[in-house]
Amino acid sequence: MSEAAGSGASRSSNGGGKVQRQVQLPWKKAFEFAFNSIRIRFMRSMITAGGVFLGIAFLASVLVSKAIAGNDVAASEIARLNWLVGLSLVVCAVGITNSMLMSVTERFREIGTMKCLGALDTFVVRIFMIEALLMGIIASSLGWVVGTLLLVVAKWAGGVPKSAPPGTVWYGSLDGMDLLSSFLFCIPVGAVLTALATFIPARQAASIPPAAALRTDI
Amino acid sequence: MATATVSEKKVVRGSDGGKTEYVVRAKDLTKEFKMGTETVRALRGISLDIKRGEYVSIMGPSGSGKSTFFNMIGGLDKPNSGTVFINDVDMAQLDAQELAFLRCHTIGYIFQTFNLIPVMTALENVMLPTVFAGLPAEEGTARAMELLEIVGLGHRLHNKPSQLSGGQQQRVAIARSLANNPSIVLADEPTGNLDEKTGKDIIKLLRELNQEQNVTIISATHDHKMVDVSDRIVWIRDGMIDKIENREDIEIHIGSIGGDATEEE
Repeated sequence: MSEAAGSGASRSSNGGGKVQRQVQLPWKKAFEFAFNSIRIRFMRSMITAGGVFLGIAFLASVLVSKAIAGNDVAASEIARLNWLVGLSLVVCAVGITNSMLMSVTERFREIGTMKCLGALDTFVVRIFMIEALLMGIIASSLGWVVGTLLLVVAKWAGGVPKSAPPGTVWYGSLDGMDLLSSFLFCIPVGAVLTALATFIPARQAASIPPAAALRTDI
Repeated sequence: MATATVSEKKVVRGSDGGKTEYVVRAKDLTKEFKMGTETVRALRGISLDIKRGEYVSIMGPSGSGKSTFFNMIGGLDKPNSGTVFINDVDMAQLDAQELAFLRCHTIGYIFQTFNLIPVMTALENVMLPTVFAGLPAEEGTARAMELLEIVGLGHRLHNKPSQLSGGQQQRVAIARSLANNPSIVLADEPTGNLDEKTGKDIIKLLRELNQEQNVTIISATHDHKMVDVSDRIVWIRDGMIDKIENREDIEIHIGSIGGDATEEE
């Protein structure tokens, strides 16, 4: 449901009055808004980012534990680990979507208000996207670091199992490439999920008439 | 009681080229809402013309359609049929950017629930429309400070809405509505969430602004205190105009031209 009339419509028929077009504010302004918004509601932003952080930390730790186990284990063990990775992806997706959806929908009225004051749809969406991506990327990175570290420390403390063949090290077959690929998997997952879970509701709230956005109760 | 809508239409037709006289012209507005399987007809053909500088109150019980009507003339919602002209511009013909310009520069909004941005200070809230208008920050700040001074909050510039009383929040909202020198201020139940005395103060302030800044004020309300200050009172019932009353019932002119524009109570 879009708000504006078709731009192709002829506007000569009535009145004859003219309205200027609203200026699009520069990206710098959108960054300023987004940054201030995170800063001002810092605690709330931390809780939202916490959802992303936990999701990615879980995903990262499962990925690393799979890398440590390597490919030399029994097929049943590999299946179990793959199952865990899939599960953690789902948990991570639900967690991130939930916290981002919540943080946008609780601001529907704010979106309606900003539009009443002359904000363009695109500007509102930009603010939310910048906010989400900033939080998403930072929280995902931190989540990856903490999830990986915790698992590595736990493995190290657990030492080498007695049943393992001689020469086995505690970190198994984990190497730098595994860490890199887990990082390169986790961050885009976090960023894309955060962006999607923000874009869809923000776009929706910004494109409906302000009255409808202001009516929204959650 | 004559049906004012009819006689007002005559005024519009009779006034050729009087483009600046009417700031709002609404014609045959209808709006339906879907509530589950039922369709509620919130507006059933409302026409109303509002002159520049008028103070108009739209009255009616809740559910009468007055808020819906109010949203239509504010460009906050779209009618199913009928047209709204603001300064002779047909709102239905505007694209998103033109609509945003209109909301930013031509119309100021005041809401029952204040709708301030909770994380911003009073000053930042009042500045917000100037930011959207692309005004430099220094000018915006100066303008916002001046307006907060006018509404009597010069000493609370840096307080957040949560640190202000209801009446003070509404004053901030009033200051914000005037930020870009609009020609119309739309107030939806501006006293609805305020106590008796605070409500009276807010009404007085709105009337002063109406007279001093020559801004047209259109207020949807069921607060009878509003009657005393209004130039015209439009009663809405069941999505239609029930009656229109002038404050001075003796001079019964609606519009300024022609004998056929007069009507009698």
